[in-house]
Amino acid sequence: MMTKILDITKEHCPMTFVKTKIELSKLQTGDKLEVFVTEGEPLENIPKSATEQGYTVLEITHIERDIHKILIRK
Amino acid sequence: MRHPTIRIIHMSIKKLSIISFSGDFDKLVAAFTLATGSAAVGYEVNIFFTFWGLNVIKKRKGRYPLGKGFLARFFGFLMGGKNHVPLSRLNFAGASPKLMTYMMRNRNVATLDELIEAAKALNVNFYACEMSMQILGITLDDFIPEIKEVLGVAKFLEKSEGGDKLFI
Repeated sequence: MMTKILDITKEHCPMTFVKTKIELSKLQTGDKLEVFVTEGEPLENIPKSATEQGYTVLEITHIERDIHKILIRK
Repeated sequence: MRHPTIRIIHMSIKKLSIISFSGDFDKLVAAFTLATGSAAVGYEVNIFFTFWGLNVIKKRKGRYPLGKGFLARFFGFLMGGKNHVPLSRLNFAGASPKLMTYMMRNRNVATLDELIEAAKALNVNFYACEMSMQILGITLDDFIPEIKEVLGVAKFLEKSEGGDKLFI
C-alpha cells in the first residue's frame, strides 16, 4: 500500500483538480494520496468529487495558514 | 376538478461535448479548461474539432502547406499549425499568444500545451469534422494519434446525446 504526495497549493483552476484526478487514477486499490490544498475552491471541491467518483476521503487536516491536507484512499 | 401538478425533474447525464471551431488561442484555452475541468470531476468529454479548430490537432506543429491542391495548401500554410494559433483579438501579428503564454507561466496558470496534454491524460475524446477535412484536403493521418474518429453531424449528435453542447 503506497501513499503518494501531491502539492497543488500553487496551482490554479482547472489544474488543481485535474492534477489530483490524474494522480488518483494512477493509484492501485488500497493506495493513498495526500493532497496539499489551499482554502477555497480546491478544499471545497476535491473531497466532494473524489467521493462522487468512488474514492474514500479518510481525513482533512489543517496544516498552517490557509493550507490543508486531504488524505484520499482508492 | 383539481388537476395534479406534474413536476418534470430534468436529469442530465454528466457529459459535455465541445465544438472547437474558432481555432483561436484564447478560445482554445477556454475549451480545454472546460474539457479538463469537467473530465477531472467525472464527466465524459468530447471535443469535436472543426474548421479553424483543425489547425491545433495537426501532427506538424509549424507552418506547412498541408492539403491537396493549390488552394488547400495555400490555406494550410496560412493557418500555420498549433504553433501559430492567433488570439481572437489584439493578436499583434502573432506576438500575443507568446505574450499570453509567458504571462500564464508567470502566474502559474496552465498553458495551452499543458491543458492539451492534461486532456489526453484524462481520456477526453478527440474527434475531427469530416466536412472541413474535405474542404482543406486533410486526412486522419495528418492529425495527432489521439484523434479517435472522423465524424459527420449525425455521428456527432449520437455521441453528444444526453449531455451539454458548447460551440467555442
